[in-house]
Amino acid sequence: MTQQFYVSPEQLMKDRADFARKGIARGRSVVVISCADGIALIAENPSPSLHKIGEIYDKIAFAAVGKYNEFESLRQAGVRYADVRGYSYDREDVTARGLASVYAQSLGAVFTAEQKPFEVELAVAEVGLAQEQDHLYRLTFDGSIADENGFVVMGGLADQISDVVSGAWEPELGFAGAMRLALRALATDKEADALPATAVEAAVLDRASESHRGSRRAFRRLGPEDMTQLLTEEA
Amino acid sequence: MQDPSTGPLATQATSSFTEHLQRSRPELLPFNQTLPAGTVPSSPHATTIVALTYAGGVLMAGDRRATMGNVIASRHIEKVFPADQYSVLGIAGTAGLAIDITRLFQVELEHYEKIEGTLLSLVGKANRLGAMIRGNLPMAMQGMAVIPLFAGFDHVSATGRLFSYDVTGGRYEEQEHHSVGSGSVFARGALKKLWKPNLTEEQAVAVAVEALYDAADDDSATGGPDPVRQLWPVVYTVNRAGNRRVPERDLAAIAGAIVESRAIAGREA
Repeated sequence: MTQQFYVSPEQLMKDRADFARKGIARGRSVVVISCADGIALIAENPSPSLHKIGEIYDKIAFAAVGKYNEFESLRQAGVRYADVRGYSYDREDVTARGLASVYAQSLGAVFTAEQKPFEVELAVAEVGLAQEQDHLYRLTFDGSIADENGFVVMGGLADQISDVVSGAWEPELGFAGAMRLALRALATDKEADALPATAVEAAVLDRASESHRGSRRAFRRLGPEDMTQLLTEEA
Repeated sequence: MQDPSTGPLATQATSSFTEHLQRSRPELLPFNQTLPAGTVPSSPHATTIVALTYAGGVLMAGDRRATMGNVIASRHIEKVFPADQYSVLGIAGTAGLAIDITRLFQVELEHYEKIEGTLLSLVGKANRLGAMIRGNLPMAMQGMAVIPLFAGFDHVSATGRLFSYDVTGGRYEEQEHHSVGSGSVFARGALKKLWKPNLTEEQAVAVAVEALYDAADDDSATGGPDPVRQLWPVVYTVNRAGNRRVPERDLAAIAGAIVESRAIAGREA
């Protein structure tokens, strides 16, 4: 019978964290920006059908980097959680904070108990009536949760992209300004100044969806035409 | 939340919210209950719904009355709801169950859309509703039946389509127009005379309101337009652009015109 070698808990956790970080660093980045019109979510993603950004509930969206199968199962679990909660209580009672803490528990449990940790990083965004009421949560593979202010950058080149975004971000940006900033930031390791609109997947949480579109669902996916139209707008 | 890491996920995955509830929270479903022997005390019942097609779409209208035996339980109840962007449903029968089934159906459609990233087909939606009504069959046998009417815009055929149901969940596609509920017989008679092919949206709204007026005239459980409390039927139209609730202002004008023309005619209807 083979004897297992003793591995200290510190080493075990460090190995797991390194493993997860390596997986995430391979992925392309996602930027979530809170702005005057709402919250803009932009992911570098050449596939038009395998989404990294998704709708969770009326005012809540989800963005992820890492392994597709892992964050897709987390997204679906999030939609189920939100729909059950909204159905059994009321639509108003579904909050990003509640969802983020459930995600944190799931990720934390997988990190410590399972064979391998999830190689994902998530952002949960909730748009409020005013910009001060926007919530952005970032969740990492070990279940730690951070309440971010203004914007979230995740993925392989998060630090460099984050520098570009923090240099130019201001609360008065509209959707067009936020998209331009994100396209510029996502191109940090490329030769171009900004990514073309076709190379990204974009969506917004519209702050004024009820008055503009008559829909309580704030989430709207932006197709290539929507993006082109948005980017030709005046800043 | 179901832990995504445990169990064979693929077998657990479902795009249906109802199925998910059946597995994890069956107590939240409006049906699926075993009732003890005995009779259920009387509870509010929702009454007449009419629906008709017009050029480029379909519309549904419901009166505002709920009755409990010979008592008016509510003058304000709304019985026509948007199911999703391109479909609406109206309900007749036990109001408490019907409203919960409507809520479940709305979440079911939205849930599918969010999980799958695409809308269900119109017939797919109609079948899901049929399955829910079949789920309610044990309650119907205790006297708490729910009968919906479902209408929506079919993007494939580019027309408005209309589906009726029976208590066993049977789904039947209807042509031109249909009505359900206690006043449906009278509304149907009116629709047969008032409906014409290629009505415009405005004409169609007027036809629906007049059919409900005729139903209220002969059925005590159906409420007519109420100028004292400013209560008008709830009317939703669905066309290529999606569903839209007809504003109270327009309905007040239409109902006013109907009452006026009948008063001028001064006949026994």
